[in-house]
Amino acid sequence: MTATKSKSLPLAKRGLNFEMLMWIFTRLSALAMYALILFAIIGALIMGARTQMNMADVLRWGFMPNLSHVQNTNVPDIAPWSTPFWRAVASLLLLVATAHGVHGLVVICDDYIVKPRGRQIVRLISIVFMIAMIAIGLYVVWTL
Amino acid sequence: MALKRNVSLASALRYKGQGPMLTYILHRIGGVGMAVFVTVHILASFVGGKAGIFANSIYENWLFQIFIFFCVLFHAINGLRITISDLWPKLIQHQREAIWVEWAVFLPIYGIAVYVIIRAALGG
Repeated sequence: MTATKSKSLPLAKRGLNFEMLMWIFTRLSALAMYALILFAIIGALIMGARTQMNMADVLRWGFMPNLSHVQNTNVPDIAPWSTPFWRAVASLLLLVATAHGVHGLVVICDDYIVKPRGRQIVRLISIVFMIAMIAIGLYVVWTL
Repeated sequence: MALKRNVSLASALRYKGQGPMLTYILHRIGGVGMAVFVTVHILASFVGGKAGIFANSIYENWLFQIFIFFCVLFHAINGLRITISDLWPKLIQHQREAIWVEWAVFLPIYGIAVYVIIRAALGG
């Protein structure tokens, strides 16, 4: 089997445009989500999840450290789970995940919508959608 | 809505992209699946009431849980492989081996989760 040699262009030749920035953002935000979810799971274990929650509930909290995700578990006091700190972590996860997800949807749409006008419309819709989902998500995280 | 492609659907299905092609398709399905789920989930908790309860009853269904856990786990593990091989481009030449490792990580975790979900659905 002949291994194909990977070519790497210097950054100057590759160009540093928005698409390139979003390409690297997608990778880095994936790592950031891994870090945030692990952080939330470790936080849950420190707050006593080992005896108060089952594995599925810990994961549910990990994927979004939100108050409503611990409400129907055996956690005796939900006050430490709804501090501004955890709401901030949830907000950060929401922002990173929304940007990652909406960009992913735009990339998929670009595979099927090839006309510049269509792509412009996709981008317009995606920006409106992203802002709306972030606003609604932040509202849910901070008021519930 | 006629899509113009250079390949027909029949030849696209016959395309032998093998392992990497399969992960690409599953990554895409997983991404869209999660985007739809998260959107509905956020809107349901925002709207609440009867519509919220209805949405809850959909994603508390064990069939949906099996589907969405596939989306999340596969997208996460495959995404980690893509991230690692993109940040260290020299590793791309080992991507077929990496995909085997990926399945070796994915299948046991997913298998146990599906077992637990079905056992819970059967009331155990």
